[in-house]
Formats: sequence, structure tokens, C-alpha cells
Amino acid sequence: MTAIQPLADPSVVEAALDEGAHEQWRALEDEVAADPARLGRVFPAAARKTGRGPLPGADGVLLEDAVRVSLVRSAARSLDPEALLAELREVYRYGDSDEKRAVLHALNGADDELDGTDLLLDALRTNDTRLVAAAMGPHSDRLDADAWRQGVLKCLFTGVPVSSVTGLARRADRELAEMVQRYQREREAAGRDVPLDVQVVLDACAASPEQNRQKDS
Amino acid sequence: MRIFDPHIHMTSRTTDDYEAMHAAGVRALVEPAFWLGQPRTSVGSFTDYFDALVGWERFRAAQFGIAHHCTIALNPKEANDPRCAEVLDVLPRYLAKDGVVAVGEVGFDSMTVEEEKAFVRQLELAVEFELPAMVHTPHRDKEQGTRRTLELVTESGLAPGMVVVDHLNEVTVDQVDDAGCWMGFSIYPDTKMDEHRMVAILQRRGLDRVLVNSAADWGRSDPLKTAKTGAAMLEAGFSADDVDRVLWRNPIEFFGQSGRLLVDPDLTDDAGADADSSPDSSATFEGNSILRGSRD
Ligand SMILES: [Zn+2]
Repeated sequence: MTAIQPLADPSVVEAALDEGAHEQWRALEDEVAADPARLGRVFPAAARKTGRGPLPGADGVLLEDAVRVSLVRSAARSLDPEALLAELREVYRYGDSDEKRAVLHALNGADDELDGTDLLLDALRTNDTRLVAAAMGPHSDRLDADAWRQGVLKCLFTGVPVSSVTGLARRADRELAEMVQRYQREREAAGRDVPLDVQVVLDACAASPEQNRQKDS
Repeated sequence: MRIFDPHIHMTSRTTDDYEAMHAAGVRALVEPAFWLGQPRTSVGSFTDYFDALVGWERFRAAQFGIAHHCTIALNPKEANDPRCAEVLDVLPRYLAKDGVVAVGEVGFDSMTVEEEKAFVRQLELAVEFELPAMVHTPHRDKEQGTRRTLELVTESGLAPGMVVVDHLNEVTVDQVDDAGCWMGFSIYPDTKMDEHRMVAILQRRGLDRVLVNSAADWGRSDPLKTAKTGAAMLEAGFSADDVDRVLWRNPIEFFGQSGRLLVDPDLTDDAGADADSSPDSSATFEGNSILRGSRD
């Protein structure tokens, strides 16, 4: 069994679904709980059977993401981390963008034994801002320093708010500051606006323990 | 004028096209899986393409306020290459996706045995997945190809109302009409079919079961042909409601049969042909209120 945190409180999801959709949701959860290998089968149809759109009462969460993460939770109850990861890789590989994003959200709520770094790196190679944002959530603690810094820079480039980056205050360091300053100089030299988030990242770099640790050494 | 282009290959088009389409009123489209101009040589080439249709291209369209749907199939031309035929085995995976509103483009290119085999198999998949089918008719010997197409549709058991036979002209329209299938017309900048001939066909046989598309792709084509056909209809005395019927409500009715649309069917004509309208995602459910589901 592997623990996955829900993306939204189940009662909030429930409140957003009408009776028919609620029944469908329960049926999908039961199906996956009985046979976790069904995850890839139920994932594509999950949104059209329940609903989609911003979830009232859960800031920034989409209903379809919350439902799909709940299905991963159901499957995870009878799978060890390795088996769950194998399922998630399959679902991600053959998923559309919504399904891929839901897998990333599930990883963000996964316990320490699960390592989906390869999926994060895949998402960070895309230019789909919804995937990039999800890939820089809590599971991005798994990324090594180089990949994580590139991820932050990609957020600045593609307009993903850095508020969605996990661990910015903790991991920002001198090297990230230098990368971001070079990016800033390039924008200024071209006479272009510098995104406000550039200063947010630079401030985080200046204040972070990483920065001070490097200075000391 | 709100427009749903039921057949356009956006993968081959630029962001300028997306902007111009949005300004002309296009708020939704269907991109059928088809030939890329350069023949594919492996199944992997298809799966990457299908992934783009349900992934990157959908995202790209959303940036311009356009809801992107697609159809998935092994196209007739490449059905002739044994290296590609195995793609039939991976289709079910994609036919299960949201926004996949039909099996297509299927049909005939050169009327070979291999083409017919793939066509029949994919009509079976349409029945199995309860999806409409989009059928391409050959550019050469169109009349004979259309006749054989309709025979196979009848044999498949797929309801005629679940089938659109595309790229029709004056010679092929009546047999498709009589069969009860939907009639697709691709309006090209050259002589194959233009907006004025389209208007004449609408005047003759009415607006029922007609889909008008630009079929724009990597060849010489015009992604605004839907809007231009709407203008030609108005000029010929059709009402704005008639135009809305052909360019919006008909495609919604046909593809709505899939249960997979990602656009609000009642989307209001927020901007019409207003060039100042700023692209946003208001055309889609994203960023909008919850769309309830519980269909299957
Ligand atoms: Zn086409």
C-alpha cells in the first residue's frame, strides 16, 4: 500500500458533483480499488463521467484533477510504491495532457518512497504551462539542483507563476540568481519588460539559506 | 458569427492562422488525423502524432481561445504500407480520450484491398466506441469511391447519422444525402469546391446534415473559408440563423453524438467577426464554471 494525499478534500469534490456524477465517481473508485490495473482504463473517461472545471472551495484546483488523483489514491491502497509507479508511468505515457497533469498532481501528494523524477523531467521538456507548473510542485524536491534551477528558469520563460514552485525559499541559491540575472540582462538589452517574478526569484536567492551556506564555504 | 470548423489540420498551420481564425469567429474545431505529406514508416510515428493531437495542439489552440478536438484513425493512404498497418492495434487507447470526437479520417484513397480492410476494421471500432466516423472520399474516381464507401457503412451497422462523408461535390452529394449520412464539404481556394458552389448546393437541398469545412492543411488552403462561406450565404439571402446553423449548430449536433465535446454548445457569440476581440479561454470550459458530466 502506498499513501497519496488527496488534491482536494473529498467533501469539496462531492459538493461539486450532482447525484449522477457522484455515483459515477464512486463506481470508478470502486473499480480501481478492486483492480488497480484498471487505472489506465478509467483515467481517460473520468472527466466526462464526473465533470471538469475550477473546483469551488479549493483554490486553483480543477475538479477533473481532484477526481483523477482520487482514483490514483484508490489504486495506491493495494499497490506497493514500485507497482504504483509502474502504473503511473503507463498512464502518463499514454495520457492526454489532462491525464498527464493529474499524474503529476498525484506524485506531488506521494510519500517519500515514490520517485517519479523521470516523469517530472518529461513534463519540464514540454512547453505546456499546466504540465510545467505541476512538475514544479512538491515532488520537485526530487529533482537535482541543476534540473530544479532549469525548471525555475523555464517558469520565468513560459509565464508560469513562481508561486507554484515548491521550495523556492529553501532551494534558491547563488547559481540560480546568476542564471536569472543573465536572463534579466538579456531582456533589458532587448528593451523588453522583465517579468515581476524575476525579482521574486532574486529576492528568494538573496534570502535563502543555500545562498548563505555557499558564502560561508 | 460563431464558427466550428469541423475539419482542419492545425498541426500544419501557424499561430497567425489561429489569430485570424479567432478574429473571424472560430471558437471550436476538429482536427482529423491524416497523412503528413511525407509518408510515415513506423507505428511510433503515429503515436507521437496522436499524442500531439490530444496534447500539444489542444494546448496551442487554447492559447488562442479555440477549443480543439480531434479524430483518430489510420488514414487510407498509409493503410497500404504494412509497416503502418499495426497502428490499428493502438487506436483503442486514443479513441478513449476526451476531445476525440470521431474515428477518422478513414475511407479510400486508391481503392485497394488493404484500404478496404483498414476501413472496415475502423468502422467496427466506431461502433465499439460509440463514436461517429469521418470518411474521406478519394480525389480520383470520387463517385465510385463514394458508392463503395456507402456500401461498407451500411454493412458496418453504424447508423448513417453517425457518419460524415467528406470532400463532396455536385456529383457525389446526392448519393450520400439519400443514404442519410452527413455531408461534408471542403472549401478550397482552387476549383475543387468554392463558397459560391457551396451556397448553390445549400439553396438546392437545404441545410440539414451539412458540414462546411476549410480542410486547411500543409497544402494550398485557407483556414478562413468557413467564414467566407458564411459571408457568401448572407450575400445570397440566407439569414444569420441559417449561417449559425451550418457553421455552428450542425457540427455541434454531429460531433456531440460522441459525448466528448470540450466546448460549450451554447457558447454565446461574444465577439463575432470582431477583429479586436482578445483571445482568451472563454470559448472552452477551462477557466469557466464546472461542466457536469455523468455521461458515458
Ligand atoms: Zn483532411
